[in-house]
Amino acid sequence: METYRDLPQSTYSLQTTESVRTGTWRTFRPVIDTKKCTRCYTCWKFCPDLSVDVKEEGDFPKVDLDHCKGCGICANECPTGAITMLREDTIC
Amino acid sequence: MIEIRFHGRGGQGAVVASELLARAAVMNRLHAAAFPFFGVERRGAPVTAFCRIDLKPIRTHSEIYFPDYVVVLDPDLVGMTNVLQGLKPDGIVLINTAKEGCDVRGVKWGKVATVDATSIALKHGLGSENAPIVNTAIIGAFSKICPQVPLESVIESIMKASPGNKEANAAAAKEAFEGVKGVW
Amino acid sequence: MLDLMTGNAAAAKGAMLARVEVIAAYPITPQTSISEKLAEMVANNEIAAKYIKVESEHSAMAALIGASYVGARTFTATSSQGLALMHENLYWAAGARRPIVMPVVSRALGPPWNIWTDHMDVMGERDTGWMQFFCENNQETLDLILIAYRVAEDKEVMLPAMIIEDGFILSHTFEKVDVPAIEEVDFFLHPFNPDVKVNFRKPRRYGSLVMPDWAMEFRYNNYLAMEKAKKKFLEAGVAFKKAFGRDYGDLVELYRCEDADVALIVAGSAAGTAKVAADRMRERGRKVGVAKLRVFRPFPTEEMLRLGEVVRTIGVFDRSYTYGQGGAIYGEVRNALFPLAPDVRVKGYIGGLGGRDVTEAEFEKMYDDLLMIARNGSMQKDVEWVALKDGSWRW
Repeated sequence: METYRDLPQSTYSLQTTESVRTGTWRTFRPVIDTKKCTRCYTCWKFCPDLSVDVKEEGDFPKVDLDHCKGCGICANECPTGAITMLREDTIC
Repeated sequence: MIEIRFHGRGGQGAVVASELLARAAVMNRLHAAAFPFFGVERRGAPVTAFCRIDLKPIRTHSEIYFPDYVVVLDPDLVGMTNVLQGLKPDGIVLINTAKEGCDVRGVKWGKVATVDATSIALKHGLGSENAPIVNTAIIGAFSKICPQVPLESVIESIMKASPGNKEANAAAAKEAFEGVKGVW
Repeated sequence: MLDLMTGNAAAAKGAMLARVEVIAAYPITPQTSISEKLAEMVANNEIAAKYIKVESEHSAMAALIGASYVGARTFTATSSQGLALMHENLYWAAGARRPIVMPVVSRALGPPWNIWTDHMDVMGERDTGWMQFFCENNQETLDLILIAYRVAEDKEVMLPAMIIEDGFILSHTFEKVDVPAIEEVDFFLHPFNPDVKVNFRKPRRYGSLVMPDWAMEFRYNNYLAMEKAKKKFLEAGVAFKKAFGRDYGDLVELYRCEDADVALIVAGSAAGTAKVAADRMRERGRKVGVAKLRVFRPFPTEEMLRLGEVVRTIGVFDRSYTYGQGGAIYGEVRNALFPLAPDVRVKGYIGGLGGRDVTEAEFEKMYDDLLMIARNGSMQKDVEWVALKDGSWRW
């Protein structure tokens, strides 16, 4: 692109936000303890970033580490306290 | 007026370095301004920060294109970004590295100063192995190569405004000041 | 007390020194640290204010209109999309004569999505009846908040005020700021004491209906108040100089214009850059000046005419575009100078949109262009876009 004549009318991107690995922004990572998890899927419901994956009813929820920004809402909402937030640089 | 550009990674404290340096200049009765590259920042991504120091009040608000000094907080950045971009012909580069007489991009630049800020920072308990906080050490080293900002002012600035353990940060700055090598 | 701080920190300090009583703010880049700092100050009891957590900027302004009616000194801050969301309540605040003071951290509106500075957000609100003051640096951001409350709460004015600090360039840049002591500010700024205050024992409706046969007269009174604000601002500026040593006694700050052949009218942070460029031009023997537009609402018509008497070729640098007559300031300056036409030539320059950097070199080129216009007595283009990527090498 060299001049204003080369631009489209407005901006658009060729991929969806899924291609942006916002997981690199994290300072804290949610860790789900499957021994405490009752699969109520509250974490999946509350995650504002669609970063808790449940493929099939009955599966344990899994955190999508490519996109999870570490906001901690899942840990806060989990009724059994199955989710802990751990600092990224303490996890080997 | 002198203009300084800092290159770091998100989390290393490049932006705080620029702020502490500006404070040091003000404590040395000069005028100063400090600002980050204006944009979305994230941990681990390259971060650029800037500082202006002058005898007279600083009125300009344009960006810095031709710095007099370039400070590199992470030697890996030398391969990733063109840290020398716009550096004035007689400008000085200060790099955080254990290697002496560092070749920047394989081209021997006239004035390259080096300091092992990472080891110094870790020795004083600043940050962790994966994420050392080198900013206070680096500005201690910077005061060695820049007469406008004497070490006393840098220490004063750190004791006033540095986050974390102020004494440890000040000690790191002092040790880095002593440990600068190179030709400038 | 001398300190180094960002524009947003200066704005928060200004609110604290003004002893604001009710704050309702919603975060938006690049304003967010103002609301964060104020929340911190309220939590630490550094300021005796009530902080209302609202769900949008529209609600923030609504909450403050209510609080102002009860007699509280009110404060909020926003930018671009947030300011636009507040839009109908901006008209409300002005029409209801609520002296709310609001820093606006100027930012472009999308799409294309843009978080950097631009004056399009505040220019879009220039007809609301709000006063609008532009800041050149962080010191002015702090000082103008104090001056704004004094002018806004004056019984003959009673209009809300926007304090415009350029996003990132001022809001996130550390600059030297002299912070006055709050005891000294108390002498300069007295508590808010409006004549009309909500009285829960005598409830009324406020902002109620007017029939067409009296509608114009209410609007006329607002116009008179805005005109009155000019004199009140000058008086406040002089008082501010007496109290704190910094001079704000003008609506347009003239820098080296007394003997200038050409001058550039600039508002905001770019005015500082323009001054550096003007000094460089002067070193080369060119007589140029900067007329820094401090107060845009009320519009300083008399000051513009006085400038036109002395400087016959005037450039206006706009960080906005109106899709009408060039940039916002250009259109109004040209309008104000119409009585002096054709002796005065006015050219508009559009630049710095969406955070595009404006350099000293570009201002020098604008000056060269104006000097050529002064020499030839004519111009090729009335409005020009600075450093536009159009394939030409003009800039």
